[in-house]
Amino acid sequence: MNTNKLNLTLRIWRQKNSNTPGKFVDYKVSVSPDSSFLEMLDDLNNDLESKNQEPIAFESDCREGICGTCGLVIQGHPHGPIPRIATCQLHMRNFKDGETIYVEPFRAKAFPIIKDLIVDRSAFDKIQQAGGYISVNIGSVPDGNAIPIPKEVANEAMDAATCIGCGACVAACKNASAMLFVSAKVSQFALLPQGQPERYERVQKMVKVMDELGFGSCSNTYACEAECPKGISIKNIARMNRDYIVAKIAKEEVV
Amino acid sequence: MSWFTRALNSSIGKKFVMALTGICLILFLVIHLINNLTLFGGPELFNTVVKNLDNIKPLVRVIEIILATIFVLHIFNGVKLWWENKQARPQSYAVNASSENSSIFSRTMIYSGSIIFIFLVVHLRTMWVAFNFNPDVHTNHTYYEYVSAAFREPLYSIAYIIAMILLGFHLNHGFQSAFQTFGWNNKKYFPLIQKVGFFYSWITAFLFALIPIYFLSGGGQ
Ligand code: HEM
Ligand code: SF4
Ligand code: FES
Repeated sequence: MNTNKLNLTLRIWRQKNSNTPGKFVDYKVSVSPDSSFLEMLDDLNNDLESKNQEPIAFESDCREGICGTCGLVIQGHPHGPIPRIATCQLHMRNFKDGETIYVEPFRAKAFPIIKDLIVDRSAFDKIQQAGGYISVNIGSVPDGNAIPIPKEVANEAMDAATCIGCGACVAACKNASAMLFVSAKVSQFALLPQGQPERYERVQKMVKVMDELGFGSCSNTYACEAECPKGISIKNIARMNRDYIVAKIAKEEVV
Repeated sequence: MSWFTRALNSSIGKKFVMALTGICLILFLVIHLINNLTLFGGPELFNTVVKNLDNIKPLVRVIEIILATIFVLHIFNGVKLWWENKQARPQSYAVNASSENSSIFSRTMIYSGSIIFIFLVVHLRTMWVAFNFNPDVHTNHTYYEYVSAAFREPLYSIAYIIAMILLGFHLNHGFQSAFQTFGWNNKKYFPLIQKVGFFYSWITAFLFALIPIYFLSGGGQ
């Protein structure tokens, strides 16, 4: 246990609802370096509630980096300055005593702010519903491993499938583009035999909905890959582009 | 809208147009550069080269129209993408860590592109118009004399050199970016594309800039 507490100023974005303009409010905290970032916010909220003040609204669920619910922009980085972790895995030992820490919500037209640090990410659900699935016929259970899949292909598909849908890629991109997320969801199926029947239909449908929801286009700055807690590769974006171009040139028009 | 215009108006479609026109412009720059480097061969060589191009004017005109179309498509789509992408993030961050997660070249394409556009207008106004319509230059085939005089103007030359540095910026990101846009990103050969792009960009920018440097420092007298 480290007993030296860190004295920090948290400059946190407070916003009542989507229609009210927000602003930064400073909070002074004294926190153990062993505390996680979200535990620190929990403590701060207990403190605010005991003083009859409105607690800071933020999201979290699993608190172990697998659900994708958490997501704060800390010091300009979605999920904080440490690479390859989600906000819930960030610990205060990564900050210096006396530091002022900016905490902001994800900022994107397609992710409107609901309250304080919570944004509405249902746009991602709409993209998933447009084509992020495979259709399976009913019948008896097929044999496991009946279809041989090369190991490296399975690896790549599984790497794409580690996307937790947190939206940090959108938050990091200067264009608020969702292409890393969408390309991961396209790729996890495009690589596997089970994804083939709907491969070209899927990419067209998902890109169409993505465009309609007001996300930007990819400028290939690769900021998304650098900030993604799961290190999803931009090679997935290349695969999505390739499939989309092939679909538009040579395949049936579905949308 | 037909499937074709719909596809080209999608996010990936617009990017595809940027990449395709960008690659065409990259190829054009190679030819233009080779042509310009004949300036180092002295007045006789350069004037003969331009005179020969003059002899196949109809073909040159067709290429010019194709090139102008490519430029228009590239600039139109570039500005459109920039504007739409700005709309996608209405409120900016108080702290922006973009310098830690992306290169300056990738974030400044619209600025480097705009400088290249201004350069292009001035360049056409001074070089292209004179080569085609200035009776002194065009009839007497004194292209070399015209170019060298223009580049001895410090202001003109320095602006030209600055524009070439920004061209280097634009290409340094643009070259590999176009391949990524086409979907040609494979772990086996993408590192090579990035290297080729890096060398192409800076060698092209340097050699273009070498011409004003040469005349400014008293070369070709
Ligand atoms: C000889 C001149 C030029 C060449 C060789 C060139 C080349 C390229 C290339 C290869 C790309 C990458 C395409 C991609 O990301 O897929 C690009 C992107 C871009 N170009 Fe150019 N370009 C030139 C002139 C211009 C001009 C005059 C503008 C004027 C505004 C411009 C604006 C842009 C913009 C904004 C992008 C980024 C688009 C995005 O990714 O969102 N370029 N250029
Ligand atoms: S690609 Fe990465 S940053 Fe984007 S939603 Fe998936 S896990 Fe989050
Ligand atoms: S709370 Fe589940 S990933 Fe952070």
